[in-house]
This record gives sequence, C-alpha cells and structure tokens, in this order.
Amino acid sequence: MPYVWLGEIMKDVAVIGIGMNRWGELWQKSIRDLIAESALLALEDAGIDRVEAMYIGCMSSGLFTDQEHLGAIAPDYTGFCPVPGTRVESACASGGAAFRTAFAHVASGLSDIVMVVGVEKMTDVDGAKATFALATAADQEYEVYNGVTFPGLYAMMANHHMHKYGTTRDQMAQVAVKNHKNGMKNELAQFRTEITIEQVKNAVMVADPLTILDCSPITDGSAAVVLCSMDTAKKLTKKRLVKVVGSGHASDTIQLAQRSDFSSLKSTALAAQQAYKMANRKPADINFAEVHDCFTIAEIMVIEALGFVEAGKGGKATIDGLTAIDGKIPVNASGGLKSKGHPVGATGVAQIVELVKQIRGEAEPGRQVKNANIGLAQNMGGSGASSVVHILEGV
Amino acid sequence: MVGIVGYGAYIPRNRIKVEEIARVWGADAPSYKKGLMLQEKSVPGPDQDTITMAVEATRNAIKRAGIDPRKIGAVYVGSESHPYAVKPSGTVLAEAIGAVPDCHCADFEFACKAGSEGMFVAMSLVKAGEMEYALGVGADTSQGAPGDALEYSASAGAAAFIFGDKDLVAECHFTHSFMTDTPDFWRREHQFYPRHASRFTGEPAYFKHSLGCAKAIMEKAKMKPSDFAYAVFHQPNGKFPMNVGKMLGFKKEQLEQGWLSPTLGNTYSGASPIGLTAILDVARPGDMILMVSYGSGAGSDGFIWKVTDRIKEVQDRAPKTRAMLDSPRRKYLDYGTYTKFRGKIKKLEN
Amino acid sequence: MPSPRYWREMPQRYRYEASKCSKCGKVLFPPRIICPACGSRNFTLTHIGNEGKVVTYSVIRVAPSQFVDQAPYTVAIVDLGEGVNILCQIADCEPDEVKIGMDVRLEFRKIQQEGMDGIICYGYKGVPK
Repeated sequence: MPYVWLGEIMKDVAVIGIGMNRWGELWQKSIRDLIAESALLALEDAGIDRVEAMYIGCMSSGLFTDQEHLGAIAPDYTGFCPVPGTRVESACASGGAAFRTAFAHVASGLSDIVMVVGVEKMTDVDGAKATFALATAADQEYEVYNGVTFPGLYAMMANHHMHKYGTTRDQMAQVAVKNHKNGMKNELAQFRTEITIEQVKNAVMVADPLTILDCSPITDGSAAVVLCSMDTAKKLTKKRLVKVVGSGHASDTIQLAQRSDFSSLKSTALAAQQAYKMANRKPADINFAEVHDCFTIAEIMVIEALGFVEAGKGGKATIDGLTAIDGKIPVNASGGLKSKGHPVGATGVAQIVELVKQIRGEAEPGRQVKNANIGLAQNMGGSGASSVVHILEGV
Repeated sequence: MVGIVGYGAYIPRNRIKVEEIARVWGADAPSYKKGLMLQEKSVPGPDQDTITMAVEATRNAIKRAGIDPRKIGAVYVGSESHPYAVKPSGTVLAEAIGAVPDCHCADFEFACKAGSEGMFVAMSLVKAGEMEYALGVGADTSQGAPGDALEYSASAGAAAFIFGDKDLVAECHFTHSFMTDTPDFWRREHQFYPRHASRFTGEPAYFKHSLGCAKAIMEKAKMKPSDFAYAVFHQPNGKFPMNVGKMLGFKKEQLEQGWLSPTLGNTYSGASPIGLTAILDVARPGDMILMVSYGSGAGSDGFIWKVTDRIKEVQDRAPKTRAMLDSPRRKYLDYGTYTKFRGKIKKLEN
Repeated sequence: MPSPRYWREMPQRYRYEASKCSKCGKVLFPPRIICPACGSRNFTLTHIGNEGKVVTYSVIRVAPSQFVDQAPYTVAIVDLGEGVNILCQIADCEPDEVKIGMDVRLEFRKIQQEGMDGIICYGYKGVPK
C-alpha cells in the first residue's frame, strides 16, 4: 500500500507564540514548574492569556517523576483549568507528534487557539534509572532484554553506514563540532562550549564507535508554542506570520533488526515526503532545518532521508560544510540535541520554537540563518521507529 | 538391553592456570602441579551456569541420538551448583529441548556423583519399561574457596546421556552403587563455599568407595581389568584417578583417554561422565568401558558399558570432548577476572 | 523481570520458535497475530535457524545496570537466513575479533538475572563458529 498524503487541510494554521526556558540540570524546577514556565512565555509572546486546549509532548513523566496525568497538570499549573490537556507520546518524537496533533486540531476547526508544551524532567532519577526509562523506546523483549543500549543501536547503524558508504569518524564528529559552535551562541542551550573533532574522537567510548561526545545529553527543559488559525493570527500578532505549510508522520518497525536497511531512516523519508507534498515544496526549497541529532550519525542519516543529500553522502556533506551556519542549508543552528540538550519530550517542540525564531529573525547574532523563510523540523523516536516532519514558512 | 543412544559434552572456553592462582596466594605452584597433577582448569563465563552447559551438552547428545526430544520421558540434572536452590535446573533444560510437558523431572544432588546417579535413574526408567527415552546430565560450575586447595581444581563442564533400548551406541551390562555416610566434603545450606576434611578425603573417602564399587561391579560381571579397553574414574585432581586405576590393576593406556583433569580441572558432577564422553569419541565397536564415579558424602556409581557398531555413525555428529578441551580458542584469565566471573568479590548489593 | 513477561517469550528464547505465514511464507520472529507483509492471520509453527552471519555490531562499554559486570560486550545484528535478522550478544569472542560477515552459531546462555534473589533469564548469544 503506497504511503501518500490524502487529506485536506480545512484551515491554514499559524504559530503565533513561542516560549522556552534555559535547558540544563534544573534541580530547583519540578516538571510542573517546567511546563508552566515555557507555557507562560509562549502566551506572553503570543499576546494572549488563554488557549482552548493544550497538548503535552512528554516521553515518560511516569518513569522519571512518578507523575502521569499531565493532561491535568499542564492546564492546572499554567493557571487555566478547565482547559483540557492531552499528553501525546512517541518516545523522543513526543514533541513533534504533540505539535502535529495540535496542528490537526486547529486545521480541522475543532478549536481556534491551541498550545503545545513539550517537557521532560530527567534528573530526579539516577543514571541507571534514566537509562532504563530511555530504553523503553526500544523493543523490550528482543533488544533491551539482550543488553543493547540506545548508543549501541545507533552505533550499529553507524558501523553499517561506515561499512556501506565509507563514512568516517571525523565526518561524524563534525556534526557535534558544528552543533556546539552554533549552540555556543544560543542563550538557552545546555552546553555552550566549543569542542573539536579530536576531543570527540578521544572522549570516553560509550558503544564503539560512539563516544560520550557523539551522544546527546540528559537534560531538564521545556518548550511551548501557540497555534491558531491564520485568520486569527492576522488579527492577534504584530510579528511576522509563520504558517505551518507541511506536516508528515510515519512509523517503522520497532526492532532495528527488522528494518529493511540498517543505515537509513525510512520513517523520516516517508514523513518528509508527506510534508513536502502538503507544502508543495521540494528539499531544495528548504532554507534551514532542525533535525534530531540524538547521536552524530543520526544527523548524517537524517539529512540523507530528508533529501538534502544522496544516500551515503551525509558524512561528506557535513565535513564539507553544507550544513554549517554559513552553508547552503544550515542544520541545527540552535545547537541541535547535542549542544542545546535533549529533554526528550521537549525537543520536538523546541525545534518549532527555533524555526519560528529564525523565520522572525529573532535568533542570537552568529547563529541567525540568512534569508530564513522556509524551515523544516524533523523529530524522531527510538532508533527511527517513528518520525515527524514539519515545514514552516514565513508569510 | 538398555544403554546410551546419544551422548554429548560441553566445556566452556575460559581457563586459568595453576601458576596464576598460586601467584596470588603466594603458594608453591610446582608442588601443586606435581602433587595434584593439575596444570589448568576451565572457568565458566559470567553468562554460563550449570543450566546453560547442560542445555548445550544435551543438544550435542540429541544430535548423536537422532531422536525427537518430545519422546524423552524424564530429564534429570545432577549438580552441586544448581542455579536455584528451589526450582530444578531440569525444568529449564526440558523446556529448552522441547521435552515438555509430558516428562518426569527433578534435580539430583550427591556432591560429585549427582550426575552419574541421574544417569542411573534415567536408564533404570527405560529398563523398567516406563518410557522410550530418558536423559541424565552431570553438570557443574563448582566453587573453591579463595586460597583453598580446592580452588586449583574446581572447574566447569557438562555431559549429557540419552538412554534407550534400541539403536544404542553403548550397552549397559552392569551397574553397582557403593555408598556410606562419610563426612569428607560438604556444604551447608546458605554457605557459598564448601568445606572438606583435608587428607581424610583420600583413603577413607575417594579410595574406599571407588575401590569398593569397582571391585564389586567387576565381581558381579566376572571381569578383570584386562577385559576392558578403557576405564574412567572420578577426577578431583590428576593424581587420584591414576592411583585408583593402578591400584585396581589398570594400565596407563586404559586410563589416559578419559583422564581430562590435568587440563580441565574437577568438573564435579561432570567429571567421570565427561571422561566417558571423551572415551566414546574414540571407542570402537566391542570395546568394554568401566566407569566409576565418586561423590563425597560418600558413594560411587559403577557402570560397565559395551560399545556397539553404531558408535561410528555418531562420533562426528557433534563436537568432540577433547576438541573442546584443547580448543585453540580457549582464553586464559588473570586471577582478578577469574574471581569477578566466579562471583567471589563482595559487591555492593543493590 | 516479571515472571509472566519472561515466561511468555521462552519458546522463542529457548527453542527459537517462529511463525511462518501460510499465505506469503514470511518467517516472523517473534510470532505475531497478523503478518505485516500480507495481512494474513494464518501461520504454521517453524523455527529460525541457529547459524548466521554478523551484519553489523557494536561494543557496549557503558552498560545498563544488569549488564555492568559483563561490559565491554559485543551486540550484533545477525542474519539467520530466510529473511530473519536478530539482535544478540556475541560471546566467546574478543570485541576486536568481531567482524562484519563473521559466521556465528547461537548458543544457550544466561542473559540477565534479577539481583541475587530474582529469576534467572536465559536466551541466545552468537558464538564464533
């Protein structure tokens, strides 16, 4: 059965408000604080004081904080019960999936103004418990049972990519170097430090060939956006209008071993195809992108899956500067997951925040993309078992 | 006539040398090597235990037997290192080979002769006409207390035997068991390491029962040592089995093929059973084999086997015992890694 | 590890039981209710092979808590033929000896255990042939 987009958008949707806190190890802040903080920033940015519904992207508040029912916590602590909340979960793609759900909510006309909050509070538990919680994104019985970790799964994809296409360690390390260079200038990033290729390669090995500096960190943080119909947006906002022109979402087998190819991301490719079709755009039309660099190799495979480069050429493109801030298509001007941090459920929403910031021209100097008009956000769950792609365009 | 339809063994890959253990404890390696005739022993990996080795040995036995495992009516595992104190090793083995659910099962314990006792009972059920096939396994990952003499020899291995009354590779002509209450070596409930009564484990224990059993079975059979092509005894070290064999009148050539302890160590419930598999790997039709196990506490099980023509069809169907013992892939451990693998290091329990 | 969860997967972990789709022949390991290739709900019992080749691998050095004592260890995707690929550890092999294309055989091993008083969980690992 071919996988094409057959729907119809009833109303144009715009993003009129964004909010995000500084990410890091936020000992003083509980998950409720994190939700409220970014939600209130987004409301302020939108110039409104209330929404009609909330969607919360969060991978596992239960395992990290023993707290479920975020669909109640979010409106409660943002101060506007009886507004309804719904938690959306798709592992690390929770944020993107929550945004897509909110987009559909507004596009259908069910409500006019809807908020999405992405959040994850990861540092209350110790490293072992955090690893355990993150591992629930993989196949419990046939992957995690046998002792594989997430770095291990991506490391196997890296080894396969290196074997098949000749991708090198330096090319992979360059992803982290580039993203740190961008993240250094991002006031909200967790790690605002520069690193070198040698540092990446010589850092502690986690799962051959990935070192600790090839891997995104454990982070507390949240991000929020407000969506509404384009008509309402024109009335409400004085800032540049940003329209959601494309949305795509696809799944793949949960087990890496059952995929049709071990060094490509089919779910991302299919989600992107849907988004391009809805937006009536091609990869070459995209000015900049925020992608899911949970591990350095992931960014390389993602830019191939998005059609920015041919299969197998992602490593070379990275080291040649195609995706640098001054390259043809800047990728992860925010610092990506590597430098900005990866509070799992927040990541997908933070990517939308970044797209809007860039399109409005509000990014910090040194990481503002020139001519940022059309941006793409790609969010991914597990080892690529789910992927969400959005395309936003400045009006 | 009942006997062995298929046999198989399993020896793990890791080893540790006597010199390495002696180095850490400041002991005199040459005297251990000479006195006990031991050079090195097998060590189970952290992912191996009595059950995993029993499964692999049984898979080899099934390859040689060529039977449908669903026809196995009883599964008995003898060991002194069953992974569970309550929940038989045999249930996992029976499930792994597909003998479940219509199957008898229980674990056996009698120090180093638990394996041979399991063999005897399994075979007897077939002899009694209760079932078509039965499985008896001897397997151990035995522990020696750090710095104790037994640390030089306590090792790991498994042997599995499928018994039936047709298509035999070896007929069982006689059995005999000889046992008393003799506290030569024991382990109390909840204790991690066993204890032993030093030199008392020799003459009144190992030798009394091995000799008593061997003499009784040969008298039963009206046979003498020269009637046998091979003899295999329990092997707590390299020295004892050679001595007991000589005392009975066997020649070195009859004892060598089944004599594995110098490079295998003492695989406890696996010892004489694994020795038997090494003999069967090279035996020829018509060969008579004497097997006498020994378990502390104490007792010996004796068997007289006669090899049939079918042995030649099966020897190559599964890995041979000496090939596993002498594998070029074996890995020598340092004492630190050895104690980590054997769980001898006291860790923070979480 | 809850007992029911462990017990349900025993036929796969102990005996390599799989399902073969009666309509399109796809081998499903583990078995499922519906064939993802053709949508059929009818299957026959089959077994995956116990020999294969390493397709890709990695060496886990920072391990989850139940596996900490075994680190570093190798995990690999092994092609068992008939379109079946599985993930398993590679045992009895130094990490730097593992190669893409290496032949392995599945062996019964202890995979993990729940502390000193929980159940012991068994399964398969690939060992070099």
